Amino acid sequence: MRKSWWKVACVLLLAYALIGGLLMPVPARHILNETIRNLYYHVPMWFTMIILFAAGFGYSIAYLSSNKLEHDIYAAGFTKVGIVFSILGMLTGMEWAEYTWGEPWSNDPKQLGTAISMLIYFAYLILRGGLSDEEKRAKIGAVYNIFAFALMIPLIWVLPRMVDSLHPGNGGNPAFNQYDLNSNMRIVFYPAVIGWILLGVWVSSLKIRIDLIQHKRDNDFSINTNS
Amino acid sequence: MQKSPLLTLIYKDLLTEWRQKHTFFGVLLYVGATVFMVYMMSGQPEAKIWNALFWITQLFIAVNSIAKSFLQEHPNRFRYYYTLVKPTHFLIAKMTYSTLLMLLVSSISLLLFNIMLGAPIHQLGVFIGVTAVGSISLSVMFTFLSAIAARAQNNASLIAILGFPLVTPLLMILSKLAVKAIVPVYQPGWWKLLLVLSALDILIIILGVILFPFLWQE
Repeated sequence: MRKSWWKVACVLLLAYALIGGLLMPVPARHILNETIRNLYYHVPMWFTMIILFAAGFGYSIAYLSSNKLEHDIYAAGFTKVGIVFSILGMLTGMEWAEYTWGEPWSNDPKQLGTAISMLIYFAYLILRGGLSDEEKRAKIGAVYNIFAFALMIPLIWVLPRMVDSLHPGNGGNPAFNQYDLNSNMRIVFYPAVIGWILLGVWVSSLKIRIDLIQHKRDNDFSINTNS
Repeated sequence: MQKSPLLTLIYKDLLTEWRQKHTFFGVLLYVGATVFMVYMMSGQPEAKIWNALFWITQLFIAVNSIAKSFLQEHPNRFRYYYTLVKPTHFLIAKMTYSTLLMLLVSSISLLLFNIMLGAPIHQLGVFIGVTAVGSISLSVMFTFLSAIAARAQNNASLIAILGFPLVTPLLMILSKLAVKAIVPVYQPGWWKLLLVLSALDILIIILGVILFPFLWQE
């Protein structure tokens, strides 16, 4: 129980974000109106995705320096769940854009940057899927993961800032951060971010544990009486 | 006099290219056929489409001509090189060689584009400069990906799968830079964009140099 306090915290925070996010007062902004509540769900997806990809990146470096297959399992687990969160972030964003920008896809640079980074990570999955040798998959996967992450950061952080974006806060659009994110929203937004990040880490830890058991089983050469 | 391993490796690659002229002519034929096909389909398009078609052609040329930088070598030969040279030297030599090749091939394709698809370029110097920077970006990127693909069971189609998402933003920047030479419009932040592109190129090279030794050891 002592070790799972953060899971309890995750459930509580997300329950709060869900109920508070839908019921607590928000400032009425032109065009955004009630869709501003998407802030509690769409934006934390990106935070979680970045954290998970960064964790995968860290474990890939750890794999290259230690050559322990466990590190590769960690890296792959974090990255795969990160991809799930990127898809969720894209879907919540497109749903929101449908009602505020008028169409789900409007060539927004941030949207493009994210689509590109999603493609990069899908390629990571294909690369891993194509290699059957464990050591080789781990090594090449780690090299590509480091390469991709280090290039993705400038792509999704620098590039969109160089061209005008439709996103709130860019190009004269109403921003979440400057005046919209008043204290009413902050008290839901920050717990929501922490809650979603914890959920991401939780789901990846489950995935990693399953893969670790699988790995142990595959490499266990003692006689198995069950099978 | 002992030559530096870097120069020797580049010399070796160029010599191999010269001895196996058929592969080089194959690349040239590929470029010619691609440009001709684009011409057959689009005739002489307006400047913006011209630009887009040019960069897409560059992408396909890069995939096909740079891919062989690592894939043309037999996997067993890497073990031999491994005993002779440092991995960093090997990668940089390959990158230099593919950059030289790409510079040559893309200037040929630029010439062909100008002849066949019309010449909308106002500032030729700027466009040639951008093409040169583009060749460098594409060739360093695809050389490293070719190294990955060579280790991953010599799978050539992997280069396109890994490369297209990574290279899309580079091409976006390149075509934006090239627009300056085609349409005489005021483009604020042109130099900044060029700086970003150069920074990305340097980043790719540094990452390659750091990561390649891991890729090379078995």
